[in-house]
Amino acid sequence: MIAELGLALLWMAAALAALQLIAGVLALRPQGAQLAGIIRPVAVMQGVLVLVSFMALIDLFLTTDLSVKLVAENSHSAKPFIFKLAGTWGNHEGSMLLWVTIMSVAGGFVALIEKRLREDTLIATLAGQAFVSLGFYAFLLLASNPFARLAEPPADGNGLNPLLQDIGLAFHPPTLYVGYVGLSIAFSFAIGALVTRDVGPAFARAMRPWVLGAWVFLTLGITAGSYWAYYTLGWGGWWFWDPVENASLMPWLAATALLHSVSVLASRNALRAWTVMLGVVAFSMSMVGTFLVRSGILTSVHAFAVDPTRGGFILALLAIYIGGALLLFGLRASTVTEGARFSFVSREAALVFNNVMLCGVLGIVLLGTLYPLLTEAFGVKVSVGPPYFNPVSAIFVLPMLAVLMVGPLLRWRQDKAGRVSAPVAVCALLAVLVFAGVEAFAKGIGILPALGIGIAAGLGVASWLPLRGRNLARTPLPIWGMVIAHFGVAVALFGMASESAFSTERLAAMNPGDSQQVGPYTVTLTGMAPVAGPNWTALEATVEARYGGAAPMILHPQARTFASPPGNRTESALKTRWNGQLYAVLGEEGEDGRWQMRFWWKPFVPMIWYGGALIALGGLLALLGRVAADVRRLIATDKIAYRRHRQGR
Amino acid sequence: MRRPIQIVPQIVVQIVAALLFAVALPFAQSAQAQDSLPPAPYAYKQLADPQQEAKAQALMETLRCLKCQSQSIADSDAPMAGDMRHQVRMRIAAGEDPEAIRGWLIERYGDYVSYTPQVKPITWPLFGAPVVFLALAALLLRGRFRKGDRA
Repeated sequence: MIAELGLALLWMAAALAALQLIAGVLALRPQGAQLAGIIRPVAVMQGVLVLVSFMALIDLFLTTDLSVKLVAENSHSAKPFIFKLAGTWGNHEGSMLLWVTIMSVAGGFVALIEKRLREDTLIATLAGQAFVSLGFYAFLLLASNPFARLAEPPADGNGLNPLLQDIGLAFHPPTLYVGYVGLSIAFSFAIGALVTRDVGPAFARAMRPWVLGAWVFLTLGITAGSYWAYYTLGWGGWWFWDPVENASLMPWLAATALLHSVSVLASRNALRAWTVMLGVVAFSMSMVGTFLVRSGILTSVHAFAVDPTRGGFILALLAIYIGGALLLFGLRASTVTEGARFSFVSREAALVFNNVMLCGVLGIVLLGTLYPLLTEAFGVKVSVGPPYFNPVSAIFVLPMLAVLMVGPLLRWRQDKAGRVSAPVAVCALLAVLVFAGVEAFAKGIGILPALGIGIAAGLGVASWLPLRGRNLARTPLPIWGMVIAHFGVAVALFGMASESAFSTERLAAMNPGDSQQVGPYTVTLTGMAPVAGPNWTALEATVEARYGGAAPMILHPQARTFASPPGNRTESALKTRWNGQLYAVLGEEGEDGRWQMRFWWKPFVPMIWYGGALIALGGLLALLGRVAADVRRLIATDKIAYRRHRQGR
Repeated sequence: MRRPIQIVPQIVVQIVAALLFAVALPFAQSAQAQDSLPPAPYAYKQLADPQQEAKAQALMETLRCLKCQSQSIADSDAPMAGDMRHQVRMRIAAGEDPEAIRGWLIERYGDYVSYTPQVKPITWPLFGAPVVFLALAALLLRGRFRKGDRA
């Protein structure tokens, strides 16, 4: 009953989306103006219906209704509550329903609150949003129905892949999806503004919170995903340039560029065509990412949905949306002028440099990710991995970060280099000195990590300079956000460089009582014991790590065995100190009865994720500042309107 | 084609083969037993010389585990990755050049095994792209600031 209700609601929502699109297109013509009034309510209703449909699916998973195919294939009655819940979106159909839910709810939200845009631009935006949603409804209803029933329910479900039974991963996909969908809203805004030839500061201000919000979620999603890979896969790596990771990185790169250019458009009315273009590119990258992950075209750790018909469907959607948007852009680009001019030394110029370099990285990541697929079409299998991505993306990233030391200090439109040269020179000197010091004292760590540490040092100081001479209590939140996000970049860069330069690894076969040296720590295997969890059993090692005379740290790495579905997973043990992380993994038992142990000492590695969190926090502060300002303005205009209303009487 | 001349009668060949098999059987069994032992001691064991180990580690991080999905042999639990780690460490210990070892593996398994793309006609676009992107970026920036200077 619940399943049928969910499906019916989904069909009704799809019908409303069709209505929203048709009414929107008609309302943009003079003779259809009376239709304009229904568009906002339809968008809100559509969001509500899909939300209830998604809640129906959650209910089916929580009650483990095995007559529903999706539940039977992906859940199990003995799973802990949180993984039953996460199981709702830990599969193809459920994750696509989640995608559509977030998208429609966000669309309803736009319809409910957006007041600044011209009415016709808003209608065009909502019609665009409905157009995008319709494709996903079709995909769900025709090719991946989450509510399909089984004729004969099995005795129990198949369960969830043990690798995915992890609290981090339970919330990783929804976070990324919110980001992707936020970019779809930005895309709809870009389409709306193109259709009504209304690309200007008002459009940028309406779009900016969505871009900021999407970007915060993408940042969090990528950071959390990286940490998940770091501790779950059990080999100490935190970024593999895996195609699925790249699929989440590409929208982030485009969103980062968009975020900066939309700010230029909002405050300076410049970079109009470029901002619209980036809006299209950012959503295209979300679609490319979805295609890569969902089509199963890549076989990688993450690709758990393998079905070519679905891939074809997403590819068709990709072609329709992106091709259509680019066509529209081509037709209208000549009517969108670039806007206000600026000089070589200005904040706009620095932001353009940032945009161009980010697009360079994006191009490299896109090419490197798709290249193996291209050559495979010619019958040649090649791999493109870290040895390509690291140095080539550094060509673009390091100069960009160097300019980041100066950019936020410059004035809009025109500035004199001399005005900011003194503080920047100090930071640049610091960067050079640190780089030289690292090169001199740490032999053989390679040029890239040393450069990274140098630039991180310079940027770590320079990122605070915009606060110089300001009254800190009166500094607007978006400025704080910018400063903190840029400081986060420095922190993350330092963590990455330090991890790559200074990590030490120790592999050893150990008997209880044996000791090994890893980095500054002496680690001793003191015991082995069986332990049991809710749906797994495990062997747990007890490891003592000593440093000098201090009290030992105790680590408990485990090797877990899951019963439904059967599988193994190592649960690594981590101990974080202010200056790094000790990482222990329990491997297999050798023939001689000794245990394979793996240890890493990774100096300052947590900085990578602290940095990511700081970047997201900066985005959040900027978002709060913008939204608060919008709310204030809304209240003020309402007051004025109210006063006029009373005077009119 | 002429049939090969039979010097030894067929039956003799069969008897000898059976005898050889009987003699070899215990050895074969012990070989099988060894398969379940870790066949590659250096799969999970580091080289004693830290410099050599660092060299081996750097190389292993750029070699693809062929039995896994998007993992290097340096971070895979697959037996085949273990074998390859053993091979790499043994060869590094024997003083071979890392790039020579990579070449040897590419010869055996194809370009797919190397995460470092080899410079070949089919990968030229991959190496040309950064240059093209940089040129495009320079063009874009130049055009913009020229206009800006005039304004």
